[in-house]
Order: sequence, then structure tokens, then C-alpha cells
Amino acid sequence: MSSHFLPQPSPDASLPDEKGRFGEFGGRFVPETLIAALDQLETEYFQSRKDPAFQAELDILLRDFVGRPSPLYFAKRLTEHCGGAQIWLKREDLNHTGAHKINSTLGQALLTIRMGKKRVIAETGAGQHGVATATACAHFGLPCVIYMGEEDIRRQQPNVQSMKMLGAEICPVTSGSRTLRDAVNQAMRDWMSSVEETHYILGSVVGPHPFPLIVRDYQAVIGRETIRQSQARFGRLPDAVVACVGGGSNAAGMFYPFVAETDVPLVGVEAGGESDQPGRHASSLTFGKPGILHGSFSYVLQDEDGQTDDVHSASAGLDYPGVGPEHSHWKSTGRVEYRSCRDNEALAAFDLVARNEGILPALETSHALAKGMEVAKERGKDEIVVICLSGRGDKDAGEIQRLKNEAATRPN
Amino acid sequence: MSAIDKLFMRLKSEGKKAFMPFVTAGDPSLEFTAAMLKRLDAEGCHLAELGIPYSDPIADGPVIQASYTRSLNGGTKLSGIFSMACEVTAEISMPIVTMVSYAIIYRMGIDEYLRQAIAAGISGAIVPDMPVDESDELAAKCKLLDFSLIQLITPTTPRERAVQIAEQTTGFIYYVSVTGITGERTELPPDLADNLKWLRSVTDLPICVGFGISKLEHVEALKSVADGLIVGSAIVRRIAAATNEQAENEDVLNDVGEFSQGMLTAINA
Repeated sequence: MSSHFLPQPSPDASLPDEKGRFGEFGGRFVPETLIAALDQLETEYFQSRKDPAFQAELDILLRDFVGRPSPLYFAKRLTEHCGGAQIWLKREDLNHTGAHKINSTLGQALLTIRMGKKRVIAETGAGQHGVATATACAHFGLPCVIYMGEEDIRRQQPNVQSMKMLGAEICPVTSGSRTLRDAVNQAMRDWMSSVEETHYILGSVVGPHPFPLIVRDYQAVIGRETIRQSQARFGRLPDAVVACVGGGSNAAGMFYPFVAETDVPLVGVEAGGESDQPGRHASSLTFGKPGILHGSFSYVLQDEDGQTDDVHSASAGLDYPGVGPEHSHWKSTGRVEYRSCRDNEALAAFDLVARNEGILPALETSHALAKGMEVAKERGKDEIVVICLSGRGDKDAGEIQRLKNEAATRPN
Repeated sequence: MSAIDKLFMRLKSEGKKAFMPFVTAGDPSLEFTAAMLKRLDAEGCHLAELGIPYSDPIADGPVIQASYTRSLNGGTKLSGIFSMACEVTAEISMPIVTMVSYAIIYRMGIDEYLRQAIAAGISGAIVPDMPVDESDELAAKCKLLDFSLIQLITPTTPRERAVQIAEQTTGFIYYVSVTGITGERTELPPDLADNLKWLRSVTDLPICVGFGISKLEHVEALKSVADGLIVGSAIVRRIAAATNEQAENEDVLNDVGEFSQGMLTAINA
């Protein structure tokens, strides 16, 4: 059968190469203990792509459980407000669990079962990947442990409650900056001891090969649908496509099917935090250098000794010192333009979209919206800008109020 | 022939096994690390692993993680570590190898890292996050400089791959006893001795065992099937009691010295 949702041969199908490299980026820089499991995962993944029963099961889940395809929605009042190109939103927030993360966790849960593994672990920052993993595990009856930094547990309470209700065990991570980076470290350590029985459902296009490949492929449904919807609606492709980038999974999924469409500019938006000073932002591609973090060679924020920098973003999901290796490749080839968006710009975009469109976007997504509006303003009224609305912002309501109160009481 | 090759040749001719302690550089200070290394050498330890603290060590358990954090919080820099090593290696006879993340080597540059390490009298490196598939460039450069690149084989390594790793390795093979992270274990896996016997049958390199080893019983169980034993967390845990007080640090040096002496006696009893 011809699937609407599943990985299709792509124009850029040659990447990554057999060593998991996107150009010079990617690879596998992990302890030997994990190599056999990564080999197994790669083999099973490639076999699953050719297995009609596996594909059919995932296809039905994406349609009936997730609710795909997600709409491509014309943001009329936001467009009028900006006064430039038409702004269209790819509504990944309308997926079951409220974000794009579920696209990958269902596929990876099916892979877990296919590999005969009995337990799932995952890291989470904003909690969207944790909720999507807990959901997939509840659906399939798999025990699930989620590693989450203490700081993120504080700022994303609604998702913590959801994960618990879905039956997941939450392991608070108290080391380092107590955010996403430390949650990845702790999940990797669990996996070092449990690798024979456990699959690690990584949430982004980061980590050792084949994770950047697998997560991108499962998320590429976003870009494929956008292309199809654009053709049906406009009879052509958009004039620009914008998505936020932390590790970069929604952006990789949106951009990948567009990479060969070289007339379509692609804009990735990183977390610019509070300033350009080291430690006050999380813009790995803008301010970082190629290096090693979490098993992959990619842009990373490090000091001159190779120690990972502390980073900052108001958004837990973008508060990460690295980025997926394919984004580093797209930066080096110039195929994608990466911009950096400050916390306060993202908060302003959140307000604007909430009040003009009746949509509460996630704080992560608000970064894409801020720069997407900027891109729209640079363009004419007959042009079309698509922004990936990667997740809903209900989880952020409390934290946004806290940040606003903090800003209101801060002396100028 | 590197200092490590010479060490194992000598031990073999004497019918002895190596005891190899691990210490974290700069925990709690580089001055303490220097004193600790000199003490371990004086006790008769055969080789020391010097852990280069790293912000994101995914192969390490809580004891070594905490030591890395203490060291980095104390301001330890690579340049300081090499200066300290330079001073210490001039005075001691046991070789030193660094346990170092590839993140650190890559940032400095492979050539520069090797140049500074060799200038500091360091004999080799263990790079726990660089599997054999990614090690061609580093391995080639290490061979040219006679700098040992010690690679790891684990219980999850398929046998064909283990042979491939052994062929790329110089100095000795680091056999990881358990599927897991560093840290003291009460018991070691039951198939460990069999796995070591198999590995012995396919390589002439010395085979040293690490991860989890902390007790005299472990030494008894392994000394007939391994050429050396590596002890990390059991030592780092003792060093965690060190401060910047001279008197307390004497106690820690004595404590680690006695522990090492016990292991040394057991391994060559």
C-alpha cells in the first residue's frame, strides 16, 4: 500500500552514510557497551522500513491514534498584524499529546517490540517527549522510565503529572544544570546497564547513529504533509518554511522533504536566551563550534577544553548545548539559514498568537513564530510562509506567568 | 616499544600481574593528585590511570561523576593537568595513561593533545567514548608516536568485533567486566572468567580488567585470568574525603596507600 505518513525514499536518501555521517557530522562517539545495541537498532530499523506489516501498523496509529494528517492552517489575523506574506501554521499541536514528538515515539515503541526488548527509557526537557513516550508505552503495555532534570520538572509540571498518570516512572536528574543535557546523560547511563533488555527512545535528532536518522525519518511526515497540502491548496510550494531548533527534531522533520526543493528557503530558529554571552543562550549553531556531545559530532557550545557550556533558555525544550548533526550539515552547506530568538521575543510572539489566533503555542514553538513573523514581514503579500507549530503551550501557562511577573518586577 | 609495553614485558618475565589505580586529576586539587600519584608509585603500583575530568561522562557512575564535578568546580584546566603530570612523571617509575573523553581531545586537536601529553611524560590514552570504528586517525597517529591507545572490549562486544578491536589496540586491552557504568560491585558476572579465557586465546596483548573491581575476592577470582586489574571508584571514593587541609590529606594518602598495598599483595600473592 502507498502510505501517506511513512518514510518514503527521499531526494537526500544518501545521508547519512554507512558510518552515520551527514557530511562530516554525526557518527558514533559512545562507549563500546552500546555499540551492539546501536547496530541492532540500525538493522531492525532498515528491515522495518521494508516490512509492510510494520508500516501498516504505524500508518494506522498515526491516522487513528495521533489524528494525522495535521492541518495546514491560514493564520489570517496574524498575517494582517504582520502586514507581509501569508502565514500558514502546520498544526502539530493538534496531534494527540499536543506536539510532534508522538510521530517518533510510536515508531520507536514498535521498534522496541520488534527487537524483543521489554522496557523503555527516555529523556525529556519540556516534557512533550516524555508524555509522548509514556503514551506510546501505555498504548503497547511497555514499562517506561523518564529522566527529567529537576529544573525542568519545576517549570513543566503539567507534563510531569500527565506522565505519571500514563504510568511512567519519573527519575529526577539532580546533576549539572538539572536540564535536558543532564537528562540525556542519565538516560545514557541507565542504557549502559540495561541495554540488553531496554530500548532508549531518544526524543530528538541527536545522539549516536542511527538515532538522528530514525527520528528524522519518523518526523519527516511533517514536511511531506506540508508539501502535499501546499500543492493542493496553492498549487505550488511555500516561499519559506520556518521551525524552531533545540536538538532539532520538528525542524528536521519539516525541512528534510524540502531539502531537495532548493527554491524554498528554510529557516531554523535557535534559542537566543537573554544575551549573546556564553551561558545566557542556547544557540549552538550560531555561537558554537563543531565538537563531540552525547555521542555525535556536531555544533556544540563548549569551552576551550571541550567542557560543555551551561546554556539558558526560557524554554525547557530548547535549553540544550548541542544540536542534531544533520542541522550542522545543513548549516555548513548553507541549505538552511539559522537565526537566534531571544526569550522576550518568544514571549511576545506567544501573546500575539494567543490573542490574534486563539492558539496557545508552546514556548519552544513561540521562537519559530517570532522569527516566522519576521520572515513574513520581509516578504510580499502574495507570498506564503509556513511555520511549524510544533506543540501546544498549555504546559507553559504557569511558567509564562512566572516569567512575566519576574520581568515586571525587574528594574530597568 | 612504549613504557607500557616494557612494563608488561617485565611483569611477564617476573610472573607478576599489574595493579592499576585510577585517580581523577584535580580532585580536590592538582597538588593533591600529584601527591597521590607519587604515593601510589611508592607503594609499588604498576601503572596509574589519570582521569581527565569531563562535564558529561556517560560511562561513569556517581562516584567518578562527582569527582569530575569537584575537580571542574575547583577550576581544573587541561593545561594545569599537563603541568602537574610533567612534574610527577619526572619523579616516578610507573607509567601514566589518561582516561579522556574524545570531546576533549577533539577540541584541543589530536596532534596538539598528543604533543602535550607526550611532553608531560604520559604514556598512553584510554578514550572511552571513541569506539574502534571512529578511531582510525587517532590510532594511526598514536602508533607513529609510540603512544599507547588502549581500547575497550565489553561483554556486549560480539567476538568478531573483539578481534578487530584487539588488532587496533596498543599497550593493553581494557576489558570491561560488566554491562554498565563505572562503580563498585559486590559481585562480578559469572561468565567473566570464561570471556577472558576466550580473549586470551585470540590476542597476545596484555588484558586488564576494570569496572566494578573493589574487593580482595575480585582479585582472587581474576588474577589467574587477567594480566592486570584496574580499580577506580573504590579509590576515588576514598579520595573524596580529601580537602585542602594538610593533616586530613595525609590520612587520605595513607588510606589509599594501605588499600592499594592490600590489593598489590593479593594480586601477586
